[in-house]
Amino acid sequence: MFHIYCPHCCEYREEEEFHAAGQSHIARPLDPDACTDKEWGEFMYFRANPRGIHHELWVHAAGCRKYFNVTRDTQTYEINEVYKVGEQPTVVANAIQSK
Amino acid sequence: MSDVTVAESKLVTKQLPEADIVGESPLHHADLASVSQHGPKEGGVYFHERKLQGLLTLRCVPSAEQLSQIESLLGAALPMEPLTSVTTDAVSIRWISPDEWLIIVAGEQAFDLETRFYESMTGHYSLVNISGGTTIFDVSGSQVVNMLKKSTPVDLHPREFPVGKVVSTVFAKSGVTICRLEDDKYELVVRRSFADYLWLWIQDASREYGLVVKA
Repeated sequence: MFHIYCPHCCEYREEEEFHAAGQSHIARPLDPDACTDKEWGEFMYFRANPRGIHHELWVHAAGCRKYFNVTRDTQTYEINEVYKVGEQPTVVANAIQSK
Repeated sequence: MSDVTVAESKLVTKQLPEADIVGESPLHHADLASVSQHGPKEGGVYFHERKLQGLLTLRCVPSAEQLSQIESLLGAALPMEPLTSVTTDAVSIRWISPDEWLIIVAGEQAFDLETRFYESMTGHYSLVNISGGTTIFDVSGSQVVNMLKKSTPVDLHPREFPVGKVVSTVFAKSGVTICRLEDDKYELVVRRSFADYLWLWIQDASREYGLVVKA
């Protein structure tokens, strides 16, 4: 079981209370009508599937029902960082590799 | 945001039935009154359904002005710190999320409070009466923590869960909002549709400690 820190409740809770909601930092095109089918299709359906550091959106479904971002290693399941929506991650893939 | 006008008391639906209609709680069928009369009087876990309370969900990102309006309406300030609550004789306020609070008053006062909110509060907010969809279980007793430990993954150690703390979490296969009222007394705000299931669950989980129903 994960022990996940909720940045809104400000404490660790069991994984059972959370749901993963896919990749984070996906910006919706500002003018969807101006998108080509390829651009729109990539926004709608195409997601990164990295091995290693991944930025994900999680929701505290049974708790405060707020979304937040998690930086997680898909290989080790280690959660490197938790940060609120609108913030930028400090742990990114290249930084880990250069360690 | 302040240009949103919330007007007219017609937004408020009076959910109270006429005086000659008897309210039935979600556990009406369990007939807790006679269970409490004929059942055991001593045990490790005490169960009481605080039925037909008035519950309101307030959602807003309060401005300083709204905070003072809310304080004068409720007679208590909103708990702004995560997982905290305020309990007075007249009203209980529970922090649910950074922009959401649960307000609990006596059943007949909910409509009145709602009306006063719409009359006097300004700015952008939402107030919804959820009394019909919820009920409250008060569980207490020397073994109550052991019963809760079987039901929820939340850490109930006094160091982690002091009196007054509120958490929304999973409970059995359902969800509840737990508030610690006293050292060995907890309030569970449960969904109406899960009330019977959770009542059965609590009976089962309390069996080894002895369950006492209080009317």
